[in-house]
Amino acid sequence: MTSLTLVRRIAARPSIVFDALSTPQGVAAWWGPDDLPVLLAEIDARVGGAFRVRFQTLDGLQHEACGEYLEVVPPRRLVMSWRYAFGGEPEEEGRTSRIEIDLIPVASGTELTLTHAQLRNEASKASHEHGWTGSLAKLVQRFANLSSTQA
Amino acid sequence: MVNHQSHELDRVFAALVDPTRRAILARLEQEESLSISALAEPFAIKLPAVMKHLDVLGDAGLITRSKHGRTVDVRLSPAPLREAMDWLHRYERFWSSALDRLTIYAEAAEAEVAERGAKGE
Repeated sequence: MTSLTLVRRIAARPSIVFDALSTPQGVAAWWGPDDLPVLLAEIDARVGGAFRVRFQTLDGLQHEACGEYLEVVPPRRLVMSWRYAFGGEPEEEGRTSRIEIDLIPVASGTELTLTHAQLRNEASKASHEHGWTGSLAKLVQRFANLSSTQA
Repeated sequence: MVNHQSHELDRVFAALVDPTRRAILARLEQEESLSISALAEPFAIKLPAVMKHLDVLGDAGLITRSKHGRTVDVRLSPAPLREAMDWLHRYERFWSSALDRLTIYAEAAEAEVAERGAKGE
């Protein structure tokens, strides 16, 4: 599972969700893992445009993610490259991954699908070749149980 | 340190790509320890091929091997897998929590637009 996919239903029309994803004001309202104010959000949401978001986490550390917009199709699709300028996962140092967001209009508003892909080049290449992601997830879960009982 | 850790995770993911190696790990999860010949038994591959898989798993830190007389016992070593899982979970937490806030923000914006529309502005 080296790509991560999340799906959400949002009670807002796609154009509003798209604005939340592609404007500095919007991005500043939600970016990051913890409920803390975003420190900086520079967003140039056009193909080839850059983004830079600096945020903090509850452990007091600052992080800066940046990348480039690869596809911008309002109000349906947004694709960008992603890397950490600083404060990223140490294992991800110098790596670029890819974020794809698709918005589909539904009766209740919008269905959002986010995929964070190419998290690890080696493994994501292999996942296409072998389709191993599901079994890996299961295996990892079993190990989790095992290692917690052994700890 | 950073590179060391990165390479370790790469080795874990690379080791897990192969179905035979995953099957070996799954068996070791059932049994506390197995000799190499017992491990090789269910597979339609020759012992040297099994040894190669064990080398890959050993390099990734996923198994340990210890010699007892003429047999080598293989055991599972789950810590590297736990690290790999923690790594994935950090990303999952990042996006899951960010999308929660995105939802709240967009739904508030929708409510505002709907309200303005109702007032005929």
